[in-house]
Amino acid sequence: MPSTVNPHRGVADVPKTPVSVAPGLLDEVPRLRTKDLLSIADLSADEILLILDTAEAMKEVGTRSIKKVPALRGRTVLNLFFEASTRTRTSFEVAQKRLSADTVNIAASGSSVAKGETLADTVLNLEAMAPDMIVVRHASAGAGHLVGRLCKARVINAGDGMHEHPTQALLDALTIRERKGKIAGLKVSIIGDLLHSRVLRSNVLLLRLLGADVCVCGPATMMLPGMSRLGVRVTNSIDEAVEGADVIMLLRIQLERMDGYFFPSRREYFRLFGMTPERLSRAETDAIIMHPGPLNRGVEIASEVADGPYSVILDQVANGVAVRMAVLYLLAGGVQ
Amino acid sequence: MPAVMVADQVARTITRIAHEVVERHSTLEELALIGIRTRGVPIARRLSTVLHDITGTTVPTGVLDITLYRDDLMRHPVGPQPVLRKTEIDFSIDDLRILLVDDVLYTGRTVRAAFDALIDFGRPRAIELAVLVDRGHRELPIKADYVGKNLPTSLSQSVQVRLKEVEEFDEVVIADALDG
Repeated sequence: MPSTVNPHRGVADVPKTPVSVAPGLLDEVPRLRTKDLLSIADLSADEILLILDTAEAMKEVGTRSIKKVPALRGRTVLNLFFEASTRTRTSFEVAQKRLSADTVNIAASGSSVAKGETLADTVLNLEAMAPDMIVVRHASAGAGHLVGRLCKARVINAGDGMHEHPTQALLDALTIRERKGKIAGLKVSIIGDLLHSRVLRSNVLLLRLLGADVCVCGPATMMLPGMSRLGVRVTNSIDEAVEGADVIMLLRIQLERMDGYFFPSRREYFRLFGMTPERLSRAETDAIIMHPGPLNRGVEIASEVADGPYSVILDQVANGVAVRMAVLYLLAGGVQ
Repeated sequence: MPAVMVADQVARTITRIAHEVVERHSTLEELALIGIRTRGVPIARRLSTVLHDITGTTVPTGVLDITLYRDDLMRHPVGPQPVLRKTEIDFSIDDLRILLVDDVLYTGRTVRAAFDALIDFGRPRAIELAVLVDRGHRELPIKADYVGKNLPTSLSQSVQVRLKEVEEFDEVVIADALDG
């Protein structure tokens, strides 16, 4: 782990006045440089490692009998979920509560969005209530960017259409680093519906930035144009993708985004691209299986694999809380 | 700037504190050490070693990061968040006598934060405080039970404790804040 210096504790005790660091010095203080967390593309490798290191420390809070720390006391966080979500919304909310923030959940149904209010109007009205942070999930790419431009509140993108899902890539990275001790040099294969996947986009950006060797694989109808420009290997053969992989990340077949005919039947998809114990045997013997959830058992993954010893799918969920605590904590700091 | 404590003095001071701890506690069975990050941690480990040398008892030792309990966390409009590192207390602190260990006692705010953090972990029978240096200027009613050295300082100065686990040598110096 990189050694980190707490700027406040270098001189023996908490200083009387908070961080009055000279401008030049501030460059050396590990921190997030952006107001919002919208895309992995906005982050440097150092910022990603800062989030992962902070998340590792946050994990300990979840092991206590009193799972709560006062770090975000008095902060108001709005969770604005315009798309269905169990894992991500719950994970953000648990993270916020563990940091003592006040949380408000808004779903599209039951809100004035159902009456026809635009996203911008909804957000401006919510901003008038002075939230400190807004977590947004929306079916349109760039929704988080729009909210970020309209609001003083810090915005976290919890999934915007087919664009990005940055906290998912961060929790995946934490899970990989925990299991493998590193990310650089690992062979990571991402298999499934490449076209519709925001998890893929965020993961490819992050894994490439941290030096992993990434291979993507999916049916020809679900390939993402221009993938090879991101420095990843592209294949239609799942056996080729699995061969020698350290990490296998499966993507969900997103039935809600299927506006065309991408494959004849789920059974055929499973036969050609489903992860089975036989296919898995081509991977490294200590390979790990990841999936962002929710699982389509018998479509992209066989139950024996999902519930098998190589599966770290539930670790991903546990790490999600820690990563979101880290992001909430780090974003709560000031920006220059 | 001259050192106010050199390596040999740091070592002897820690040994003296250990003897004071033994003097005050009829048994070490109920005692646990908790070092406050960063430099309280190596001092706590050294104290634990000396206590073992004196009494043969191994005193459990934990690591506490008080970052999430700081009273100035939410008060700066600018500036990054302090770096958070792991708290490692792998024993129950319920009904133990906890000896908190830090390098420098100054405003007392770190110790206040440590109290809050500890109470979230359980209900110790008592909490005591050991510091290598007490430099004065308290802002809270907090007093150390064991003090390595009292160092009168002015507010414009800073006390820097260097430990070989962190900086490769042991030393305590007083610096004018502007130098630092």
